[in-house]
Amino acid sequence: MDRALALHLGVIAALGLAYFVLPAYHAGNLARIMVLAIYAMGFNLAFGYTGLLSLGHALFFGAGMYGLALSMQHFGAPTLPALLIALVASALVAAVVGALALRTKGVAFMIVTLMFAQAGYLTALYFSAWTRGEEGFVLPQALRRFAGFDLSSAAGRYFAALLLFALTLLLIGAIVRAPFGRALIAIRENEPRATMLGYDVQRLKWFAIIVSGTISGLAGATYALLFGYAGASFAAVPYSILPLLYVLLGGAGTTLGPLVGTAFMIYLFDLSSSLTDAYMLIAGVVLVLLTMFLPQGMLGTLRKRALPWLP
Amino acid sequence: MDFGPHLMLAILEGAVTAAILALTAMGLSVVFGVMRVVNVAHGEFYMLGAVIAWFVATTLGAHPALGFVAALILAPLLVGGLAAVADMLILQRIGYDPERTIVATIGMLYIIQQGTLMTFGPDARPVAPPFNSRIPLPWLEWAEGKLSFYYPWGLSITSYKLFVIAAAALILIALWLFMTRTRAGLVMRATQQDSAMAQAFGIPVGRVYALVFGLGAALAAMGAVLVVPIQQAHYLMGHDPLLLSFIVVIIGGLGSLPGTVIAAVLIGVSDGVISVFFSPTLAKITATLAVAMVLVFRPQGLLGKKAH
Repeated sequence: MDRALALHLGVIAALGLAYFVLPAYHAGNLARIMVLAIYAMGFNLAFGYTGLLSLGHALFFGAGMYGLALSMQHFGAPTLPALLIALVASALVAAVVGALALRTKGVAFMIVTLMFAQAGYLTALYFSAWTRGEEGFVLPQALRRFAGFDLSSAAGRYFAALLLFALTLLLIGAIVRAPFGRALIAIRENEPRATMLGYDVQRLKWFAIIVSGTISGLAGATYALLFGYAGASFAAVPYSILPLLYVLLGGAGTTLGPLVGTAFMIYLFDLSSSLTDAYMLIAGVVLVLLTMFLPQGMLGTLRKRALPWLP
Repeated sequence: MDFGPHLMLAILEGAVTAAILALTAMGLSVVFGVMRVVNVAHGEFYMLGAVIAWFVATTLGAHPALGFVAALILAPLLVGGLAAVADMLILQRIGYDPERTIVATIGMLYIIQQGTLMTFGPDARPVAPPFNSRIPLPWLEWAEGKLSFYYPWGLSITSYKLFVIAAAALILIALWLFMTRTRAGLVMRATQQDSAMAQAFGIPVGRVYALVFGLGAALAAMGAVLVVPIQQAHYLMGHDPLLLSFIVVIIGGLGSLPGTVIAAVLIGVSDGVISVFFSPTLAKITATLAVAMVLVFRPQGLLGKKAH
């Protein structure tokens, strides 16, 4: 077993152990961090590994969230089918948006993804008869069960989050070492050279967006499932910016950076919420400081300075 | 009201929106044109302009006209100054790298917006217009075999709204004269065409950039001072102008100044007409998707020239 895989398994084991060691409040926080870290890992595949800076990932997060929540709320779908619907919904949205947005590059790509996400958010508001708009709706607790486990209990929520987090982390770890992931990194580093070497760059980027969007959709669906609530604010602009913040802070293009960044920011928001309601102020300050002083993030800097093998 | 008078009212209200939008979008366009920088915090400079206008008007407490004139001078100066400082402190340090600039301006967006929430508070606050008389508008009617004027009930506009249209036009003409007839404008255009060459000719490119960034923010603030007697000042009011300005600048062709004005009139008036007759949310969805499609299939904009 190599060091990267051992590190991933070690982190997963430590997170499993943490539930029994940490006080209930922090375990609850950690469950939320793991779900949001899934989102950040999905975002990282597009931004950190392929170099595609999307400002519209809330669209995919929202597609997954509403895919699960609406099919549960209005059709009484059980957990597993609802989760599948969510994954298919977010994959389809990512495929269509990716095919269109990837015709543009750089700044135009960012604005196009931002616009698509804004249109998705407004659509959720427009159909407020079903989605109840900003106010959102609470999922029926009786349906939030899987294989006999109650997903609304503290333990059920924690271990469901851990299971999906672990699967995503191992999947990302495998992708970035597979030829597909290597090709994505090649595109990020030097796109004309990747093209010259014979890679179908457009198609690879499209696949990256689809996988990234589906993982983000998984995170949205998991969030709705475990916390029992779906609302349009999860599809709004700040939810496109937050994964960027988590990934930049933890380190873009590192497998564990999203987890580190998410954990750090959630606790920072948590601490600041006792001082002020304006928690996004902290997000703004951290974003500016990061771009100025730590563009590679925490793990990216650590990899550069001390641990070159860090995955 | 009949359809005809209703449409005329919608167009007039749309023209007011268009006038404000032209100013705000021009700020974004100037910054993009000269510096090749997308300023995501632009809407917050607009919001700051409105909040400062409220602050100046309530602090002076004199006649509304006096407060308004003071705000029209002070708000753009303060906001422009703040933007210029932010440019020197943050954007110049990261070398205007496109992606990092966007991330940094997103950060600035939240700092300004949430900072305003903490100090100004979450309430919307009104500013009294300097003058505000109601002007009834006539409509033609075919009655008893001849054409006659009459004044339908509800068909009116305020003198202040007409003033907004005129003031925005004047400011834009002044901007055009500044860019084409003054030395500072010449320096800006030289920097836009080739910043390295401009630097070689001894133009302080860094200072020009800070000035342009401040000018862009000041234009947004002027738009906000004009709009705040119609619409109240609120810490989230920068969101819609930002998106609409993006739309206008993209439709008009990134960095094309005449294109920006034409697109602002087009978008503002059609926004006014559409939101009178259709659901505003549906109108926004359609407009947003349409703009995304323009960027995807015609990235040079509807009026912009093709890139070389």
